[in-house]
Amino acid sequence: MGPSGSGKSTLLNLVAGIDKPSSGRILVAGVDIAKLSEGELAHWRAAHVGFIFQFYNLMPVLTAFGNVELPLLLTSLSRRERRERVDMALALVGLSDRVDHFPNELSGGQQQRVAIARALISDPTLIVADEPTGDLDRVTAGEILGLLERLNDELGKTILMVTHDPKAAERAHRIVHLEKGVLAD
Amino acid sequence: MALVVYVFATVLMLAAGLERTLVATGSDDNVVVIRRGSQTEIQSGIDRRQAAIVESLPGIATGADGRPAVSKEPVVLITLPKRDSGKPSNVVIRGVTPEGYALRPQARIVAGRLPRPGTAEVIAGRSIADGFRGAGLDETVRFASRDWTVVGIFDAGRTGFDSEIWGDAEQMLQAFRRLGFSSVIFRLADGSRFDEVRRAIEADPRLTLEAKRETRFYADQSEALSTFITYLGTSISIIFSIGAIIGAMITMYASVASRTGEIGTLRALGFPRSAVLLAFLVESLLLGLVGGVVGLAGASLMQAVSISTMNFQTFAELAFSFALTPGIVASSLAFALAMGFVGGFLPAARAARMKIVDALRAA
Repeated sequence: MGPSGSGKSTLLNLVAGIDKPSSGRILVAGVDIAKLSEGELAHWRAAHVGFIFQFYNLMPVLTAFGNVELPLLLTSLSRRERRERVDMALALVGLSDRVDHFPNELSGGQQQRVAIARALISDPTLIVADEPTGDLDRVTAGEILGLLERLNDELGKTILMVTHDPKAAERAHRIVHLEKGVLAD
Repeated sequence: MALVVYVFATVLMLAAGLERTLVATGSDDNVVVIRRGSQTEIQSGIDRRQAAIVESLPGIATGADGRPAVSKEPVVLITLPKRDSGKPSNVVIRGVTPEGYALRPQARIVAGRLPRPGTAEVIAGRSIADGFRGAGLDETVRFASRDWTVVGIFDAGRTGFDSEIWGDAEQMLQAFRRLGFSSVIFRLADGSRFDEVRRAIEADPRLTLEAKRETRFYADQSEALSTFITYLGTSISIIFSIGAIIGAMITMYASVASRTGEIGTLRALGFPRSAVLLAFLVESLLLGLVGGVVGLAGASLMQAVSISTMNFQTFAELAFSFALTPGIVASSLAFALAMGFVGGFLPAARAARMKIVDALRAA
């Protein structure tokens, strides 16, 4: 948590390997990702990081199924295996009946669930969530946070979340504050 | 892009149509003998003594009447007024013998009859009959200080003969006060023995002549004009293509700009730069392909059009149609894809080089 401009998203981007530090090391699960080349980093992200964005960042031309399947296209799984996994992930987020819907046919909460299924699909080491409830109403936000909590409790996923919302922060096992780019506690 | 491909394909079709018309004019078993160094029959001259030597060569087929299948023909260029504009244009007049008709079975009388030997009667190719005043059936054309009645119209199957007027060879020689012929055409008894016959003609010191297969002879005549058309058309297409490439580039830059967030998301999910580059290049190539197909579809309609123009080599009017060949389809599509590739490469490279964080921020 931290005020705007404190560097929350920057820290998240660095940990997720989508931004590079000007100096220093970033150790994630024992790997210094600052030393990885662009190609190695892309490969590392595909294998170890699941992303959940504030505005869902779904591909508008793909259905819920297609969006969730995207990360699996980088693996060697067969079409049948991919289908099984996607169906399972969509069932987990409660969207089995929305498989063939396009993002513009889904509500904000449903779109974020699709994004969560996409983040889960490759069974990543770490899920990073940048303001995942920032664009949702209070009830839907509660549902999404509940879902993230389940992922943590039942599947043992490590979730690193940036938020302004104290209600969201309440659900975390550990809260870290950032002030002007420095960890306050 | 479709317009550029349309122009490109149309010009190639024009050159191919010209080439096809002239190549189809000849028959592979027929040999044309002309004076050495002449490019065309108009420039050639063969005296009666030389023609008689050629006629007596072994290897020449005999006709149904047992006479050698040889036609000694004067070929002269005259001017006639065009039917629509009245402007004079060059027309080939060919003096033909009865054997000459037999050598060109593709020329069929479609109206009227053949001229009677020894009379001032002629027959006109279909393009000439349609395109020139006085050349229609039962009309009269005036040349060589005489009036000639058109007693028949012949269709030579869209070959160069369609653009000629044929009459009795001896009548033509007298009317034009010619002492010799322009060419000697004969059929080989065995088509594979052409080289033997050619060597016999070219090695004979009494003959300053050269022999070509009829197909080769007419193909050579199309070369200058079709090369000119191809160069001109290609140059115009290349200039136009610069505009099309810029258009494709603008479209692709707009496409990249409108999908910045998607690019960032894909890259964050682990898609490498090369995948983004490839995706935009494929999109640009598809854009080119669609342009190519639309342009080709438009150009293919031109096959129904027949045009008439001056053949630089013979200086005679020649009617021909646009011809769409598999080669033209392939080169037009390759041209369209090349425009798509060139136009799409820079935008695709920009998309691939984009920083993930910046791209996500723009989403």
